[in-house]
Amino acid sequence: MSVFLTLCLLAVLAFAGFVLCRGRAMALVGGDAKRLHSLPGYYGWFGAIMAALPAVLFLAIWQIAQPLVIETRLSGFFPAEMIEDDPARTLLFADVRRIAAGLDSAIASGALSADEVAALDTTTGSVRDTLAATGVALGAEVQPETLVAAQSYRELAGYGALLRTLLVVAVAVGGLFYAIRLTNPDFRARNQVERVMLAVLMLASTIAILTTVGIVMSMLSESIRFFKFYPIGDFFFGLTWSPAFRGGSELGLLPLLWGTLYISFISMLVAVPIGLFAAIYLAEFANPRVRSIVKPLIEVIAGIPTVVFGLFALVTVGPLLRDYIAMPLGLGNSGSSVMTAGLVIGILNVPFISSLADDIITAVPQSLRDGSLGLGATRAETITNVVLPAALPGIVGAVLMAASRAIGETMIVTMGAGAAAKLDLNPFEAMTTITVKIVSQLTGDTEFNSPETLVAFALGISLFVITLCLNIFALWIVRKYREQYE
Amino acid sequence: MTEMSAGGPDIRPVAKESSLLAGSARTRARNAREWRMKAYGIGAIVISLATLAFMLLTIFIDGVSAFRQAKLEFPVFVDAAVVDKAGTRDAAAMAKVTTIGYKRLLTASFIAHLQERGIAVTDVSDKDLEAMISGDAPARLRDRVLADPSLVGQTVDVDVFATGRIDGYLKGRVTRESAALDSNVTPAQLDLSDRLVEAGILSLSFNWGFLTGPDASDLRPEASGLGVAIIGSLYMMVMVALFTVPVGVAASIYLEEFAPKNRLTDLIEVNISNLAAVPSIVFGILGLAIFINFMGLPQSSSLVGALVISLMTLPTIIIATRAAIRAVPPSIRDAAMGIGASKMQVVFHHVLPLAMPGIMTGTILGLASALGETAPLLLIGMVAFVTNYPAGPLEGGVMDPATALPVQVYSWASRSDPAFIERSSGAIIVLLVFLVIMNVAAILLRRRFERRW
Repeated sequence: MSVFLTLCLLAVLAFAGFVLCRGRAMALVGGDAKRLHSLPGYYGWFGAIMAALPAVLFLAIWQIAQPLVIETRLSGFFPAEMIEDDPARTLLFADVRRIAAGLDSAIASGALSADEVAALDTTTGSVRDTLAATGVALGAEVQPETLVAAQSYRELAGYGALLRTLLVVAVAVGGLFYAIRLTNPDFRARNQVERVMLAVLMLASTIAILTTVGIVMSMLSESIRFFKFYPIGDFFFGLTWSPAFRGGSELGLLPLLWGTLYISFISMLVAVPIGLFAAIYLAEFANPRVRSIVKPLIEVIAGIPTVVFGLFALVTVGPLLRDYIAMPLGLGNSGSSVMTAGLVIGILNVPFISSLADDIITAVPQSLRDGSLGLGATRAETITNVVLPAALPGIVGAVLMAASRAIGETMIVTMGAGAAAKLDLNPFEAMTTITVKIVSQLTGDTEFNSPETLVAFALGISLFVITLCLNIFALWIVRKYREQYE
Repeated sequence: MTEMSAGGPDIRPVAKESSLLAGSARTRARNAREWRMKAYGIGAIVISLATLAFMLLTIFIDGVSAFRQAKLEFPVFVDAAVVDKAGTRDAAAMAKVTTIGYKRLLTASFIAHLQERGIAVTDVSDKDLEAMISGDAPARLRDRVLADPSLVGQTVDVDVFATGRIDGYLKGRVTRESAALDSNVTPAQLDLSDRLVEAGILSLSFNWGFLTGPDASDLRPEASGLGVAIIGSLYMMVMVALFTVPVGVAASIYLEEFAPKNRLTDLIEVNISNLAAVPSIVFGILGLAIFINFMGLPQSSSLVGALVISLMTLPTIIIATRAAIRAVPPSIRDAAMGIGASKMQVVFHHVLPLAMPGIMTGTILGLASALGETAPLLLIGMVAFVTNYPAGPLEGGVMDPATALPVQVYSWASRSDPAFIERSSGAIIVLLVFLVIMNVAAILLRRRFERRW
């Protein structure tokens, strides 16, 4: 029985649990709900939870454990040298599973009978062709050991599925009877149900931690594999980036890092003054009506998908800069350039800086302004000498956060910055960034055991660490600053 | 005072000639500085809004023409000798005739129709005439005939796409100068196009195919559409909402209402605010490594896309939901507690319903930003060339290869034919329409249910 059907059955049992427990609780008090400890519904929910929850947990554990157990049993089919190292073993068992699934679908489509599958043999003909005829494509011809293992896998998996269904139903029914037995007017059903609910809520909130752990683990493990292929020092301090798919690639981080930082720097040159002046105007000068119109309008920029900015960079900004600035000045003839990407990311980051800075400036206590104005300072003097110094830590935090966004920005640089990795100062040259290279190394056909692909994970973790440090630092500054005025 | 006047030097500043009516030079300078600061602020706002307007305008101008497409209308004689040699009108037997046969039919009928209408084609070779009809047309005619075998032997009116270059000529993208340098189109074909437009055979008309059709290959931009991308985005958004709303709300309730102040909850808090700032591409790497490589889910499927986008959107939704829950005043909680409700009942019977409008608004805005997310989807293979519609959601369509609107924008923009830039911009218009609808919904919801306590 498939997992889906088992789950449906559990849903039915849970519903039965609800009805039975609620009914029993009501029957025990003769229909007078006031004599129950909890509302009747809670008895029902307790029954449903006891029927479904342990069974679902059991099912989940079984699903994880079964492949491991089967793999251990199957290892005996293969000579030791075929499964000595982990990647080879993983690939082999992936093959076994694929062939087993192929045999299953061959039976399901009626191309082969179950007996024919059991009798399949590499000596009688090409298993690959037989399977290809039923629409299951295999990469290479099947080894005899693999076929035997796959057949055995099917058999074991079949037993496993049967056993799983029986045990899961047994656990569910057991839970159901336990719940019915516990049901009596003094049983604190609500407290029990609420304990389970609290656990579910708590579990949901840990998903943030799980995501972070997932990010770090996945990138770290693949990066470690990468550093087995490629020396770590050459990656972090290499000055050349030239992946070659025949091997002998040079995968130095520095040209990419340079491109990333250069583009981010130019984008900050655009975003910081514009964002800051806009924020100062909106917070200190604009009347409420102007503010209520202009502030959302600027925030519209933040709501536009970055791929739109990417197309704008590619189609409009790039050619404009090339035709009217770079070519007349003799600085290059590339449409995609550091300048293109930098300017567009800068505009994208304006609302980010202006909103954060606006919040921070308005959070400066009015008493500081009043004091300064009372001494006869103009509003401009109040802003530069009193408000801005008071808001400075917060503004620095906002700028750092914007910088981290610029460093991690992907679509605009993919479409507007170019793909050539070089260490150059000319802002009208095409350069490339860490994010662009992650995209280009991981899209298309990817083999997960070449350094050219795995380098993307090392790049990813470098990017993650850089942006994380910036963010943590920025958040720390902003938090510190907020505490100052609270 | 008396001491001072008694003989010490007069230390009062020498009063300069000044008047309350005319400011001194210094006052003017100080005021000028104030004006300058204001002007910088206005300038900054004008620059950013003008750039926004310029960007939207260029995209609109480039993209609006994608909704109209050049079509050729002429009668086609569906020759039984070509499409049904056996004469059985049996669809299975007719399916053996490939599109090449239909292409010959179309070309022959096209040339015949031009002769009939007396349109001179002397300077255009038959091969060039054939090249003016989209490579997509024979397949469509074939589908139509196979669906209705009674058409065989009859003359049917068809409207087929003209090739992308002719379309570009009608829209002003292709000129005679550019055609002279282009191997795909000749100036003579453009002259002929003018005559065809006059004769009413060639015209621009609204193209539903752009919204409903699947993507097409590099060689036939005219036939490409957004159908698969729109379905893929729709599947993803529904799944993202299903994944993130329950988890996000549950997490927010725990953190706002139940969490004790300890290191674990501190860690969770820091984690959520950091996750919100992790570059989106990192989530793509996570999806590739965990959902595809480790869990073995199919590449390019909308399910994997939705999982990745959900993890990305979750922090945003948690932050918005927590703000909404926090906005419910404590007096409500106290009142409910006072009449004997448990903490859980207070939350689920009172706080959550009252916070619902705020949660919905935050969720819709979170989904709107998720809809435009591109980078992580590139890594999990959604940039692949997909021409088959995914199956229905109940038939496992979420596991089928699909693409998404913003990814389609990117993949069209990276193709060489300039006709795809037009379609890329057109796709952005569609994407922005969806975003505007979602944002307006959020604003209306906020207006309708906003409550001041």
